[in-house]
Amino acid sequence: MNQTNEQVQVLPPRLELPGLEKNVFELRALKNFFLTGLVWGLAILASVPLISVIYMLIVEGGSRLDLEAVTALPPAGFETGGGFGNAILGTLTMVGIASALSIPIGIMAALYLSILNPNSKIATTSRFLAKVLTGFPSILAGVFVYAVIVITTGTYSAWAGGVALAVLMLPTVTLAAEEAMKQVPQKMKDAAFGMGCTRTQVIFKVVLPTALPGIMTGVILAVAGAAGESAPLLFTALFSNYYMSELAEPTASLSILIYNFSGMPFENQIELAWTASLVLVMLVLFFNIMARVVGRTKFRE
Amino acid sequence: MNMQSEMGEFIAKKYEPKGPVVLDCHVKNIYYGDFRAVRDTTIPIEKNKVTGFIGPSGCGKSTVLRSMNRMNDLIESFRFEGHIQYHNHDIYSKKVDAVIVRRYIGMVFQLPNPFSMSIYDNVAFGLRLNGFKGDEEEMVVKALKRAAIWNDVKDKLKNSGLSLSGGQQQRLCIARAIATEPDVLLMDEPCSALDPIATRQIEELMVELKQHYSVALVTHNMQQATRVADVTAFLGVDISNGGRTGYLVEMDDTKKIFEDPQQLLTKQYVRGEFS
Repeated sequence: MNQTNEQVQVLPPRLELPGLEKNVFELRALKNFFLTGLVWGLAILASVPLISVIYMLIVEGGSRLDLEAVTALPPAGFETGGGFGNAILGTLTMVGIASALSIPIGIMAALYLSILNPNSKIATTSRFLAKVLTGFPSILAGVFVYAVIVITTGTYSAWAGGVALAVLMLPTVTLAAEEAMKQVPQKMKDAAFGMGCTRTQVIFKVVLPTALPGIMTGVILAVAGAAGESAPLLFTALFSNYYMSELAEPTASLSILIYNFSGMPFENQIELAWTASLVLVMLVLFFNIMARVVGRTKFRE
Repeated sequence: MNMQSEMGEFIAKKYEPKGPVVLDCHVKNIYYGDFRAVRDTTIPIEKNKVTGFIGPSGCGKSTVLRSMNRMNDLIESFRFEGHIQYHNHDIYSKKVDAVIVRRYIGMVFQLPNPFSMSIYDNVAFGLRLNGFKGDEEEMVVKALKRAAIWNDVKDKLKNSGLSLSGGQQQRLCIARAIATEPDVLLMDEPCSALDPIATRQIEELMVELKQHYSVALVTHNMQQATRVADVTAFLGVDISNGGRTGYLVEMDDTKKIFEDPQQLLTKQYVRGEFS
C-alpha cells in the first residue's frame, strides 16, 4: 500500500496540453498575426521610396519624354522645348571610358587575387584597400582626378570624368570578379591541368568562361552605379550646352544636368530635369535588370 | 630474398614485367613539406595492361599515381625523389615540361569533373588544346564510343556536361581523357563516387580500354582489382619511425597477389583482416 502511494507522488503533475483546434483569439495566435503583419508592413515600407520616386518621375517627367527631349540641345533661359541629347551622349561616353579602363584592370587584378597568388602580402593588402575603396566618398574621387588630370591638362574633360568614374568602378569590378573566379570548383581546374593545360590556358579556357556570368553581373552593376554618379563629374567633366566634339573638353552628363536645371527658376528647365531623371533611372534600371538576366544564365544543369 | 635499405627499411622484391613497359616508375621518396608520404616504390606500368594499386587508406597509392603525370607539382610543398622513365625520358628531369607530360599521360579523377561546357566541347577540349587539325567531330564520336557513352548522349551533344548522371559524367571524363589518344591513362579511384551499376559499366570499359591504352588504376575495392587489373601492386603503411609512410609491399600478377601472396601483410590485407 505504502509503496504505491509513494510512486504516485513521484509522478509529475499531468501536463495540460492545449487543444489541437485553432483558436483565433488565443494569445499565441494574436501574437503571430500581429508580428506577421508587422514584417509585411516593414517589407512594403522598404520598397516605398523606390516605388514613389519612380511614380513621381513618371507623373512629372513622363509628359515631356519624346524624341525631342532625348536628342535636342538644352534650352537657354526663356526658350521653350529643347532637350538633353548631349547629356545622354556625355554620360554614355564617360561610362564607356570608365568601363574601358576599369574592366580590364579589375579582371586582371581579380585574377591575381583569386588564382595567381591569393595569400601573398600584395593580395591581402590590395583586397583590403579595394574593400575600403568601395565605401569611398565619390566626391573625393572627383577631387583626386581634378588634382591629377584637370589641373595638369588645364581643362575639364570627358577623359577626366571617365577616369573619376573608373576609380569608383574599379573596386566593385575587382571584388565581384574575384568572387566569381573563386567559385570555379577546384576539380574543374584539376581536370584542365590533367589534360595538359598551361596555367594561362586553364585561366582562359576554364576559369574565365566558367566565371563569366558572375563577372558580367559585377561589371554591369558597377556600370549602373557609375551612370548615376554626379559628385565626381562636378569636378572633372563640368557641363556643356553643346554636343561634344572631342573628349578633351567640358562634357555634359545627365546627373549634372538634373542638378543644374532643377535649381533654375524656369518651368521648362524644371520639367526637363524631371524627364532627365526619368531617363537616368530607366538607364540604371535597365543595367540592373540586365545584370540579373546575365547572372541567371549560368551553364548549369 | 627481400632487400633492405641502408636504414634497415623493408624494400619489396622487384617485379619482373613480362611485356614492354610504358612508364617505369621508381619512387625513392615523396615528401609533402617535412612529411615523408611515400618511399621505395618501384612500379612498372606495362603496355596494354591494367595495373591496379591497392592498399589501406593513407598508403600513398593516389600520391604515386598523381606523381606519374606530375599533377602533384600543383601542390606547393610536394617534393619528388627518384625517377619515372617514359620513352627514354625521365619525366622529372629539369628539361621536361610538366604540361606536355600531362598531354601524353591522361588522368581520370575520383569525382567526375566535366567542364561547364556542352558534352561535345568537353570531349573536343583536349583536341583544340593541342591544335588538332583533322576531323574533330570524328575524333569526338570515336572517343565517346570508346568510352561507352555514345548511345546515352548522341542526341544531346549540345547539352551541358553537368546535366548527366554521375556515372555518365565519369564516362564523359574518360572520353575527354582518351580523345587525345594518350599513351597512359591514370585512374584515381574512378568508381568510388558511383553506384554499383555505373561502377560495373566503368569496369567493363577499363577492360576494353586496355586494348588501346595502358591503364594505371588506384582502387579501394579489392574485388575491383581482381575483376579489372592484370597486375596488382600492394602498398602498405610504415608507421615504425613515427611517420605514416607508404611503400610497396608486393607487386605481381593479380592472380598471384590474391591467391598466393608472398608477404604476410599482403595475405592479411587480401583476406580482409585490415583495411
